[in-house]
Amino acid sequence: MANQRIIPVGPYHPLQEEPELFKLYCEGETVKDIKWETGYNHRGIEKLSESKTFEQVFFLVERICGICSTSHPFAYANCMEEIAGVDVPDRAKYIRSIVGELERLHSHYLWVGLAGHFLGYNTVWMWAWKYREPVLDLFEIISGNRNSYAMFKIGGVRRDITADQIRLARKTMNDLKKKNDLLTGAVMDDPVIHARTKGVGVLSKEDVMDYAAVGPTARASGWEIDVRRDDPYAAYDMVEWKVITASEGDVFAKAKVRLLENYESIKIIEQCLDGLEKEPEGHTEVKVKEIPEGMGTGRAEAPRGEVFHFVKTDGSNSPVRHKIRAPSYVNIATFKKACVGQTISDATISLAAVDPCYCCTERMAFAYDWHSGKKIYDGNQLVELSKQKTQQLRNNA
Amino acid sequence: MMEKQTILKNIEEQLPEAVTGTAMIRDKRYLIDIRPDALLEATRHLYEHLSYRFIIASAFESKQGFEIMYHFSDDASGSIINLHVVLPQDKPEIESLANMFAGANWIEREMREILGITFRNHPEPEKLLSDGNWAEGVYPYRKNYNKT
Repeated sequence: MANQRIIPVGPYHPLQEEPELFKLYCEGETVKDIKWETGYNHRGIEKLSESKTFEQVFFLVERICGICSTSHPFAYANCMEEIAGVDVPDRAKYIRSIVGELERLHSHYLWVGLAGHFLGYNTVWMWAWKYREPVLDLFEIISGNRNSYAMFKIGGVRRDITADQIRLARKTMNDLKKKNDLLTGAVMDDPVIHARTKGVGVLSKEDVMDYAAVGPTARASGWEIDVRRDDPYAAYDMVEWKVITASEGDVFAKAKVRLLENYESIKIIEQCLDGLEKEPEGHTEVKVKEIPEGMGTGRAEAPRGEVFHFVKTDGSNSPVRHKIRAPSYVNIATFKKACVGQTISDATISLAAVDPCYCCTERMAFAYDWHSGKKIYDGNQLVELSKQKTQQLRNNA
Repeated sequence: MMEKQTILKNIEEQLPEAVTGTAMIRDKRYLIDIRPDALLEATRHLYEHLSYRFIIASAFESKQGFEIMYHFSDDASGSIINLHVVLPQDKPEIESLANMFAGANWIEREMREILGITFRNHPEPEKLLSDGNWAEGVYPYRKNYNKT
């Protein structure tokens, strides 16, 4: 204990979307333990939901996450349609899946870019974020917004995708395939990225099952779970695609799963566009008159894993109880396994590997001496440490 | 109906003492009422023997007292199995599941802070969300919580 130093990562930190404080207990360069504090920005959304009408809740849950803003409305719609006992038209199913997969694409690109940045690979960062732009442009054309698309409603979708937009989406997907090849090659074939990410932040299959982790975090450790396939919703059982897994459980495996999932997302979108062309335009919803008393569970596979919503209703116009479980809630807890035993310079990428949602741009991480309270590293210096390690590997290569 | 027979029948047969009622809410969605003191036994069966995945738990206050739904996923069949317990209003207490799987650690601490439910033998009973954020003994998700 005498030689331990605490390095706080957070509460406001580019590694995390939500303000959370991770205290890395270090001896020398090695992380010996990790503790966290949350609740800095508890918005009480579950409680707020009880004061909204069922239709208003869509706009509330869309604001839970800025990056995967459609995954919560997706799960909530599945949940409410389960209670109401309605089946949405095929055209709406295709549109929902298209929106869901476009979101996965832009979210995975965002992650790859930031992971590259933390490793000191700014080329990967610039490429990934450049390739993400056309996806956001497509969102703007389809929904009017680059983020928070407001596409979902109980019984269907709010906006149709027109024939012109289908043509544009096809072109965007076609262009993206080549860019995806470039980016995937740049990450998967680079020996220095291998050296920085292989064997780093390893989570075993037992670990992810113990923490009930989901999404790419679970799939990269060989746990083959994906709600899109296991409990199909929207158009996911109407198109051909496969679940991507890896067995190593390290940062590289998580990157690999996300990069290869991008190809699957493009495949799903293209097939959904085919499906849309066969369906009559405008048939995008069924009217739902009332929500009966009951309870429902809805889930959707967000870019980070399964989003889960539980709603209890009493026949009125608002939820009695609305429980929401975002994937990061279970994935973040795995840091305890992923970071302990790592060096500080690897902790940055290990923390980032589960993609705990990036949103905040202000860095407030400092390393203090345990005894004197004197500042040793600030946030930029921590990233600098990580970059130096990459540079050393490059020089030695 | 085949699934109902396999999933619910299995649980009814294996846990005759623990289960007080079962229902198929709709296709692939099941509700199992259990006695609160049989939670560990029932969960061990679902988690260890049937390899169901723990999703999360939802707690709420009702006329009966405090209710908790432990949501489990059977990924092989795409089903959600809800273990349901009712705890008395005056003494909401139940055994912690966090010793069985770490996935229950955070949510039990959260339920304690927002509703005041006690989880016995929790391995890490520190506060998760409310440390320094709201007063001791204030449970904002209780029905009698004054919003103003």
